[in-house]
Order: sequence, then C-alpha cells, then structure tokens
Amino acid sequence: MRLEPLIFEYSRPGRKAYSLPALDVPDASIDELIPAEYRRKTDADLPEVSEVDVVRHFTKLSQLNHGVDIGFYPLGSCTMKYNPKVNEEVANLPGFTELHPYMPEELVQGALKLMYDLQTYLAEIAGMDKICLQPAAGAHGELTGINIIRAYHRSRNDTKRTKILIPDSAHGTNPASGVLGGFTTVEVPSDSRGGVDIAALDKLMDDTVAGLMLTNPNTLGLFDENIQEIERIVHSRGGLLYYDGANANAIMGICRPGDMGFDVMHFNLHKTFSTPHGGGGPGSGPVGVKKHLIPFLPVPTVEFDGKRYYLDYDRPQTIGRMKSFYGNFLVMVKAYAYIRALGADGLKKVSEDAVLNANYLLRRIVGYYDLPYDRHCKHEFVVNPARIKKETGIHTMDISKRLLDYGVHPPTNYFPLIVDEALMIEPTETESKDTLDYFADALIAIAKEAYEDPEKLRGAPHTTVVGRLDEAGAARNPVLRWVREGSQAR
Amino acid sequence: MNYLPNTDKDRQEMLKTIGVKSIDELFADIPPALRMKRPLNLPAGMSEWELQKHMRELAAQNKNLTEYACFIGAGAYDHYVPAVVRHVLARSEFYTAYTPYQPEVSQAVLQSIFEYQTMICELTGMDAANASMYDGASAAAEAVTIAAGLTRRKVALVSRTVHPETRETIRTYAAGHEIDVKEIPMKGGITSVEDLKAMLGPEVACLVIQHPNFFGCLEPMREISGLAAAHGATLIASVNPLSLGILEPPGEYGAEIVVGEGQPLGNPLAFGGPYLGIFAVRNKYLRRMPGRLVGMTKDVRGQRGFVLTLQTREQHIRREKATSNICSNEALNALAAVVYLSWLGKEGLKELALLCAKKARYLRERIARIKGFEISFNAPVWNEFAVKCPVDPEKIVKSLLDRRILAGYPLGRAYPELKDHLLIAVTEKRTREEMDALVSGLEGLV
Repeated sequence: MRLEPLIFEYSRPGRKAYSLPALDVPDASIDELIPAEYRRKTDADLPEVSEVDVVRHFTKLSQLNHGVDIGFYPLGSCTMKYNPKVNEEVANLPGFTELHPYMPEELVQGALKLMYDLQTYLAEIAGMDKICLQPAAGAHGELTGINIIRAYHRSRNDTKRTKILIPDSAHGTNPASGVLGGFTTVEVPSDSRGGVDIAALDKLMDDTVAGLMLTNPNTLGLFDENIQEIERIVHSRGGLLYYDGANANAIMGICRPGDMGFDVMHFNLHKTFSTPHGGGGPGSGPVGVKKHLIPFLPVPTVEFDGKRYYLDYDRPQTIGRMKSFYGNFLVMVKAYAYIRALGADGLKKVSEDAVLNANYLLRRIVGYYDLPYDRHCKHEFVVNPARIKKETGIHTMDISKRLLDYGVHPPTNYFPLIVDEALMIEPTETESKDTLDYFADALIAIAKEAYEDPEKLRGAPHTTVVGRLDEAGAARNPVLRWVREGSQAR
Repeated sequence: MNYLPNTDKDRQEMLKTIGVKSIDELFADIPPALRMKRPLNLPAGMSEWELQKHMRELAAQNKNLTEYACFIGAGAYDHYVPAVVRHVLARSEFYTAYTPYQPEVSQAVLQSIFEYQTMICELTGMDAANASMYDGASAAAEAVTIAAGLTRRKVALVSRTVHPETRETIRTYAAGHEIDVKEIPMKGGITSVEDLKAMLGPEVACLVIQHPNFFGCLEPMREISGLAAAHGATLIASVNPLSLGILEPPGEYGAEIVVGEGQPLGNPLAFGGPYLGIFAVRNKYLRRMPGRLVGMTKDVRGQRGFVLTLQTREQHIRREKATSNICSNEALNALAAVVYLSWLGKEGLKELALLCAKKARYLRERIARIKGFEISFNAPVWNEFAVKCPVDPEKIVKSLLDRRILAGYPLGRAYPELKDHLLIAVTEKRTREEMDALVSGLEGLV
C-alpha cells in the first residue's frame, strides 16, 4: 500500500472525464442567458482528469481504509455489524432511487407503503405508539425528541421546566441536543453499579425539569436495573423520559423502551438495523412517541386511509420540520429489508448473540484488563488498562494503535468519560467466536507487550500506511483545503 | 436469514467460558415485569431470494423517472449520475467504515473529505467547508443559530423566496434558541429590497437569501450583501452548487456563510434522501462551524496525512458547550459529490451549468408563447422558472401524467398567492422532444 496523491495532483489542462448530451435546442450566448454582473469571473479550480484517473484514484484511496467488510470493527456504541449485500442491491432499484420527492402520491404508493410499514415495525419493536422517519441521524432524532418534549410542556402552559437531566455516562450528543433544544442540562451521577444514582436523581428531579435522557443499556453496556424506580421518580414529578436508542441492539424482542415507561425515543437505523455507516453517514434516526406526544411529531407523517398511503401535513401542534422532505429514504429501504429478512425470531436472535458475544469477549480479556463494573454486560462493555498504565505507563491510546498492527479496528477510546482510559468494546452479533478469540488473543498479547516491549506500543502502529499523525499540529495550524502551488490561498 | 456466524456448539462453549447455563441468564438484570412475554408482532423472516422478490414488487408499485420526463425541481434535481459515482460508492472500504476516529486506517475517508472541502471552497469562494450536514435545509437552520450566537443578536431575516421547507426547518431550530425569525416579503419573484431595508436594524443577526431562489430567479446579492454589511448582519447564502459553474461565487459578493442542498452533485433523487448539506464559512466562523473538519498534517515518519481537526467544537468533546449536536453526517453523499465533481472537472461544470441554462431558456420561451400562459417573473433565471397558467396547475400536473410528463411543482402548495403558478425545472437530461411534448400538452389544456 502506498499513499495516494490528491485528485488535484493528477490534473492536466484539457483532460476530461465527463460527457454531456449534445445541445438540441437553439444556442444562446452567455450574455443572453445570465447577465454579466451575476457571473463568475474565474472558473472553479476543479481537477481536469480522465475517467480512468477518477476510478484509479478513488479505488487506490479506498484501499487505505478499514471497514466492516475488511475486518473486525468493535467500536463501542456504534454497532458496526455486517451490512447485508442484498440490502445494498435492493436500495439501488430504480423504483426507489429514481423518485422525485414531489411526485404525485399516486405514483409513489410503493415508497409510502414501505415507509408506513417500517413505521409500524419500529413502533412494535420499540413499544411506542407512532414513529416518524424524518430525522437523518441519531443526534437529529435526539433534537427532534427534545423539541417534542419542549412543545409538550408548553402546550400545558408549563413553562418553568428549563432543564434536562442527563447521566454522566451519556453519549456526548445528549447534552448537546438538550442545549440545542433550548434547555440547560444537568448531569446525574452514576452509582457504584454503573446505573443512575437514584438518590441524586431524587434530589434533582423537580418541577423545573422537563425530562431525563437515558440510554438503557447505558454506555457501559449495563442495563439499569432501577429503571422502574427512575420512571416513577421522573413521571410522578411531571417530567418525560427520553430513550437514546443507540444501544437498542441489546434488547430487540427482549424488552421495549415503551414498556419501560419511556415517552419518546430514537433508533439508529445505521446501528441496530444494519444499514452501513458510509464513512460517517448517511444514517437515519427515526423517533417514536407514546400517544400523548403524537400531536407534536414533525410534519409530514405517512398515513394510510385503508385504500391509499399519503403524507399528512395537517398537524396543528407539530414542532415543525426537522429537514426537507421525508428523511433518508434509501436508508429506510435497507432497514426495512433487514427487518423483513430477519422477522421477529431473527431480530431476537440478533440481540441474544450480540449480548453473548460481548460477555464472552469480556470474560476472555478480564484479568488482563480491568473491569470497573463487574457484571454481566449487554451488547457492549467497558474495560480499562488501569493496572497496565500504573505499572508501565502505557495508555489506552497506545493499546488501540497497537491493535491496528493486528488488523482490527480499535474499540471506542476514552469514552464514557466516567471511566479513566476507557476502552469501550462492542463486538456485535455478526462476528464469530473465532474472530472474538483472535481479538482477545491480540489484546492479551498487547497487555504482555506493555511489560516486555512498551516502546513497541508507544511507536505503534507499525504496519499501517501512515504512522501516528500530528493532530495537535493540525489543530494549531489548520490546513483545511488544498491550494495549487504558486496560487494565492484565499 | 439472520447473518449470525456462531454455531450452537460455539454458543455452548461461550456460555461455559462466561459461566452461565443459558443466554437468558445474561438478561437476568432486566426486571421480569419488563421482559417481553410474547414474540414481536412482525412478518416472518424470508430467504434472500424471497426478500429480493418482495422488494422488487414494492419498487414496482412506484412509477419512476426512467419512465417519466421530470420537470419537477423545487430543491431536488433530476441530473444524470455517471456510472463512476455508483461504482466508487460501492467500494465497501468506503461504505462499511464509520467516522474516521482512527486516522491511520481511515485515510480514504479523510482524504476524500479533504478533497470535498477543497472543491466546495472552490465553488463557493469561502475559506473552509465542513464534511457535510444532513441536507440544505438543516444546514441553513444551523447557520442561523451560529450567526445568532456569534453576533449575540436575536432576529433572523429569511426571504420569502427561500425554499419553503428550508424556512420551516429554520423556524424549528430557531425555536430552541428563542431566535425571532422574520420573513422578508418578496416582489416580482425576488426578495423585496425595500422591505429588507425597513427590517434591518441592530438586532438583526443574519439574513438568509437563496440564490437562485425557490422560483429559479437570481437575487440582487451584491445589493443585499451591502445592506447586510452596513448593519453588521451575517449574510447566509443558500445556493445550488451546480449553478456555481456559471454564477459568481458567494464569497465574492460578500456572503459569510454558504449553505446549500448538495443533492445535484451526483446523488439520485431517492424520494428525498439521503442528500447532503453544504456548509462553508469565512475564517471568522471557523471555530463555530458545526460538523466534522479534516485537516492536513504529517505523521511520525514525515509523510503527508489527514486527520479530523478542531474537534473541540464538537459534541463528543464539548458536550453541552458544543456548537452543534451533529455527529453522523452524510459522508457517503459527500463522496458522491467529490467523485461527481472530479468527473465533471473545471470545464464540465461550466458546460453543464450553461447547458441547463440554454435548455431552460428554450422551454421558457416556448411556454411564454402559448396562449394564456405567461412567465411569472422578469428576473433572470438559471435552470428553473415559474409560469402563470390559465388552468389550475394541480390539474395540469394530473392531466400530463398520461403523457408520462411530470410537469412541475404547483406553487400554490406553498404560496397561496401563487396558486395559478407552476414551477418548472430543466436539467441536461430533458431533451427537446420532451420539452416539446410538455409544450404541446400545455397547449392541449387551453
């Protein structure tokens, strides 16, 4: 493997990849089309390359990346499960890709039916009364849910609820979503078993609190056994419960957020429902609500009148729109295909094997790594190299970088924040015992290397196309675009 | 199907290592009252072949654009997506990766985003672009909240000529920040500069102007920009990136934040998504910019490499102090954009923008000559225009379906005052034959 030049560095004046249809209407001069004062004076400096340049560049570039199709990717809370190929194929059908969002509803009944049925399936899996598919990602779903919570309290003229409670183990998006939705956020500490500290919650939960955002199982991979007590405390004092569905891969067919008492939640279709992560997106973050929150859902919703499917914009209490159109439709197609392929039995087996795999991996490495909360985990768990760090000075970062030399992607590092030097590991159900054994053996070997040859870890990775990168330098002197040599950077 | 590799023998061995007798024991900490006592009520699973068949049947219940001539634009455009885009996007090294948290094994995603950032800066004339937002509407909404934060002012002026769904999204986001969103009236299909002058004041944080606007009309951006600057308000320009093959880069007329719907850059229409939101800024907004940014740096061996940078703006570091909550973005759609722009190149982008303008002009002139029809607005246009119809535009759309024509977007849906008007978009895919068929269809209705 070699580093790949930038596409701009292949550029040669006059080289072309594009082909455009011939002009089949009378020609017109540019002045007749667009008056000079609206026009650009210099061309955008895009590369001038051939089609084979484009293909080779991006193909060679692609080889510099790790992905689920290449190897193990146990990134905690990201659910990097296998992305079934059939889902990619069906999402490429012209009957799905070649639809304009403003086509007459009678022409897109198949698309609307797919969305309607997906809403129904997700509502059943969640134990919620209605689902809205519009949010484009998990954090977008969170913001939608927070807006719904705000709208609910306002509809009851309950305007003093200005705070959202968030456990200290929560995903970083939770506090950010709370603030973006106009609330101040208050942190709830965790107890000695990794759950919400009930006494602290009891003290914090008053009539200025709009709701609690909770991930269950939480980011430690632990199910909060006190969920019924949490529910009682929050609801009895007028708050609402938000469920962050990032960790829903642990609970399908086993328990449901709706039954736990949550009022509003989101799923991540790109986690639990196998749609690919795309190098950072697109995702999809459908939001589910209980009956009392249905009036506040974003517009439009997809409805069925017994004969035809249609988009309903007539929702007077709606929070409004979270984005244009109806959501990331092609992502929905893949999630729909996944649910239809697996059915109820298949989805339950997914969660069972996800939990089995995580617990097996945990037991394989415990002893070599420290386990801050020694319980059975759900779909993920958190360990740290506390003893290794104390005795050798080796950090989580060094261990992670060394894992790259073993051909696997490291776990999530330094999160959750409540565990020092955390390694957050989520194997998912689509990995075999053999893969887990390979990974456990690698982690154990690295733990030994920390004592025998710590420099090997500090200098890792050794086998990747680039070594450790100067991130501090990148932030100090940001170079965020390529500039042609000799030209003036704008 | 379930895509599970473990055998029952594996499972037994794993349970033994864990020290439990059954998988069920691993769920013992869930209160019994909360455990599901019944299977989920979902259709039974299917084999791969059955699934393929089912999905094809569902897809066939839609009429798609391979069978219709699409003159609907209104924020999403039927441009040709070249084969190279689909093939690069099908590389699973790209699509089965996630956010490049480990740069040593993520140079493909990082470098392609860096190339994307460069191209967006070239198109817009801005200093920096992020790795994408969810779509044009949410990008505009986040731009407003950032401008309000930086200027510490609480009023956002949004032109009525901005896409109706973008305006709605801005309102939704603004509600959480108690930003007062006011609409600038329009006149003759463009932002009313007279009204804008009256509305500007020391409390105005920003202006959102779309150019070309929702009606396809070009806005007087220089004049508007001058007014914004005089009042210390941030000009947020919402653009169609393909129009920038021919139109002045927003950075040159004084926009400080540029947003836009990136769908026209190599992304299929896909019933509204996934698309990508373009977001580019002047340097002064850099540290408030939402989303991911990729920077160039060096590795320990002295080689060039790319990393996520300036992450202290982001939610996973800053939590409640972050500038935005965005985490997952639309990276694969941004990859489509960078492959598409590489394929088009410097000349192709310009030629394509011109071709769309020429075809739009042809159709506009032909429709103007049909008795009873008139062009709605006099302002210059690029690829889209509105016409005033002698028949209800909803009826026009319906009756032309028989001819396999999607005639346009009836403006009455979002603008009661324009209920007689139809919005028509022309891309390079519309042939003269299709345009003539639309014209004869319209003629047949009067």
